Amino acid sequence: MINSAYFMSMLISGLKLGSIYAIVAIGYSIVYGILRLINFAHGDIMTIGVYIILMLMNQAGVPIPAALLISVAFSVGVGLLIERLAYRPLRDASEETTLISSLAVSALLQNMLQMVFSAQRQPFMLPEALRTTHKIGIVNLSTINIITFISTAIFLVILHLVLTKTRIGTAMRACSENLRAARLMGVNVNRVVMTAFAIGSGLAVIAGFLLAGEYKTVYPSLGFVPGLKAFCAAVIGGIGSLGGAVTGAFIIGIAEMLFAGLVPTTMTAYRDAFVFLLMVIVLLFRPNGLFGGSETARS
Amino acid sequence: MNKTYRITDCSLFRLIVFVIVPLIILIRCAMQPTSYITGIVITMGIYIVLAASLNLINGFSGMFSMGHAAFMAIGAYIAAFFTLAPQVKENMTPGLPAWLINLQIPLAPALLIGGAAAALVALIVGFPVVRTKGHYLSVVTLALIVVVRAVIDNQGDITHGSRGLTGLPAKSTILSVYIAVVVTLFVLYRITHSDYGRGLIAMRDDPVAAQTLGINLVKKKISCFAISAFFAGIGGGLWGHYLTTISASNFYFSKSFDIVEMSIIGGMFSLSGSIPGAMFYTIVPEFLAPLESGFNLGGIRLPTMFGLSNIIMAVLLIVLIIFRGQGIMGTSEIILDTWFSKDTYLAPFRKEEYQRLAGVFRKKSS
Amino acid sequence: MLEIKDLVVRYGGISAVKGISLEIAEGETVALIGANGAGKSSMLHAVSGLIKTASGKITFDRHDITGIGADRIVSLGLVQVPEGRQIFTRLSVDENLRMGAYVNRDKADIERNRARVLDLFPILKERAKQSAGTLSGGEQQMLAIGRALMSSPKMLLLDEPSMGLSPIMTEEVFGVLRGLKDQGITVFVIEQNAYDALELADRAYIMETGTITLEGKSSDLIRDERVKAAYLGGDI
Repeated sequence: MINSAYFMSMLISGLKLGSIYAIVAIGYSIVYGILRLINFAHGDIMTIGVYIILMLMNQAGVPIPAALLISVAFSVGVGLLIERLAYRPLRDASEETTLISSLAVSALLQNMLQMVFSAQRQPFMLPEALRTTHKIGIVNLSTINIITFISTAIFLVILHLVLTKTRIGTAMRACSENLRAARLMGVNVNRVVMTAFAIGSGLAVIAGFLLAGEYKTVYPSLGFVPGLKAFCAAVIGGIGSLGGAVTGAFIIGIAEMLFAGLVPTTMTAYRDAFVFLLMVIVLLFRPNGLFGGSETARS
Repeated sequence: MNKTYRITDCSLFRLIVFVIVPLIILIRCAMQPTSYITGIVITMGIYIVLAASLNLINGFSGMFSMGHAAFMAIGAYIAAFFTLAPQVKENMTPGLPAWLINLQIPLAPALLIGGAAAALVALIVGFPVVRTKGHYLSVVTLALIVVVRAVIDNQGDITHGSRGLTGLPAKSTILSVYIAVVVTLFVLYRITHSDYGRGLIAMRDDPVAAQTLGINLVKKKISCFAISAFFAGIGGGLWGHYLTTISASNFYFSKSFDIVEMSIIGGMFSLSGSIPGAMFYTIVPEFLAPLESGFNLGGIRLPTMFGLSNIIMAVLLIVLIIFRGQGIMGTSEIILDTWFSKDTYLAPFRKEEYQRLAGVFRKKSS
Repeated sequence: MLEIKDLVVRYGGISAVKGISLEIAEGETVALIGANGAGKSSMLHAVSGLIKTASGKITFDRHDITGIGADRIVSLGLVQVPEGRQIFTRLSVDENLRMGAYVNRDKADIERNRARVLDLFPILKERAKQSAGTLSGGEQQMLAIGRALMSSPKMLLLDEPSMGLSPIMTEEVFGVLRGLKDQGITVFVIEQNAYDALELADRAYIMETGTITLEGKSSDLIRDERVKAAYLGGDI
């Protein structure tokens, strides 16, 4: 029988997963909004970040906050490098071409990780302090869960302020609506794109850290499928819309956990399939996602 | 008339390069069925079928599918159900209906059934798929792969779950694979050169205009999707009977991406492109593989590096699409034009063909 | 102020602009008239740095701007009001104006320009917080011009400002352009609507299939038989 405590714990897991997807989906969404590029390598940036953190913690004994910071800086560098080498030369190419480039980059990164760190799964344990649970009413919350919720909220608020209140943020929104008109305003598109990649890559590392903590392990293809699901989330919400990406992420996260927790165990293996089907169903009724406006002409 | 001919205009030259040389290679391979090279050539043939069928949809219809592996999986599993020995099926796939367990048929009809099953699934899922546009369509086709894999992994009675099927008869030989290659390319070539195919291209280039010409976009997209899936199913069946052991993981994202990539490398707007695309994808890694076990670089002994050849392949791919976005063949159909034209085979009996060839060489030397 | 020399623009193998030369002096208002597909927009996009030039040279305010980025051209004070307005419909009217001042980092200066633009187009003041997509076609054209003025440009390029507007709105837009002209801003306007453009401009060029076929004072061109027959519907 399903009791309310069990349901609540599933809901909290769903919220946590949703938070992680949200952080990743934002990265997908802002890059897609500006360049119409599905950056498949986005999920792999996540993985790179986790490996860097693992290396710093295990081999250099760097404390977690510092390791996280260094990893973010490194991964932002990787993100910018990818943009410069693999995407910028294809700025005027067809959508398919850039899609393939991003697949190739994804394969490249996964194989590099495999070469450097081996294909073996490696344990990734969060420190004891982060895993202790607190009982609040009928729900149990671990420290890391609390940190996840608070940090996601903070990141979303900051990002919202950046996009609405700053010069570069407004330019990002303008670019994602009409790249050509933005150029006519004197916007340096390369700078905007680099900002988008930097924000996306940095956030991906945070998400990767949380995700690996959840899985308790890291391996070279760790980020790929969660990355793809985050992309689904962005699509469900209406890609290019920040609020849409976040809503989509929480819908997917919660639906996935409830599915995993509530359906008979013989069905739980359909979890990934369920997430993708959810996206297909949403697209059937809302071809531009839940909050996506109609595509305006772009050139 | 003083038209200057290039060497590629000479039917004789084309006969030699595109027909005779490949035939010799295939015959040599067929005589050594167990050699390593034969395995590569078989793989190449299967990839040609897959890449060409993907080109039909990605290059000619304006849709960009990344879900080929899903249809491969369907084709491979369904074909295997018909070619596996009854005793094997009793143990491995007891959930199949009794008539199917007791049935064992040759490869060719099994492949057709597998292809038909893939096409049927494509017809059904086609309705939601073609309603989406652009990147959304690509992502929905990716979703298809995930769903197919989940079904295969979880219907253990029928599919033997994630342990996969073993003991498929090794019937994907040079002969059977290359018959499939020629038939597939011929059918696709005829399709792209028919009214139906011209309609596809019109739809790709300007959907609105195509609609005003009376083309039913939905019907056209779904049928194209199904035709492509049919051949993907056949390719999958061949792949299964080459591997002889299959599981859903053989038909996951990486397989789909491989096909998409070779289609792009060869040139997705050309069916002929599937040939250089598949060649590139099978031959180049063979040269790169030895590097993984370490090599000397300017006197420094480099250590073993697993994944290095994949890294180099990925870099090559990126460089190629940056500098030649249209792929190796662009929109040229020179290989298939050569294969399926009477003139090619009559050329040795025509005097003027020799004169033309001689003329080209004379011009070169002067 | 703006000098174009032997400009060639190609798309694939096709030349859209086949070696045109023209010159616009400071304070002048010049029109370029031509039918759809004459290559007017291609020329303008090359000037604004949106597309690559095949050959030729473009000089603005003594700077060689051939092949430099669109953002640097805007910084130099050469700003385009694009065809079909292309305002940012999901941004507010105010944000659109601020985007227009993107190259300007001086806050006080931006505020001054904003006040000036809102004076010029009072309707935009009422709608400042509204999303720009809710404006009418004419209002959107006002916003597009206002947005371009936010960077206090030395010269304004207008690509078909009357396109898709009602005759009344067209009259209003050309009224605004006359005002800009009186303020001494150099204006280069591209139009299919020959009559209004010739009424406004000091001088004009006629462009056909990639080349300039005729040039002269507007007052002369408006009486020219060929121009009358081809662009003015004969009996005006």
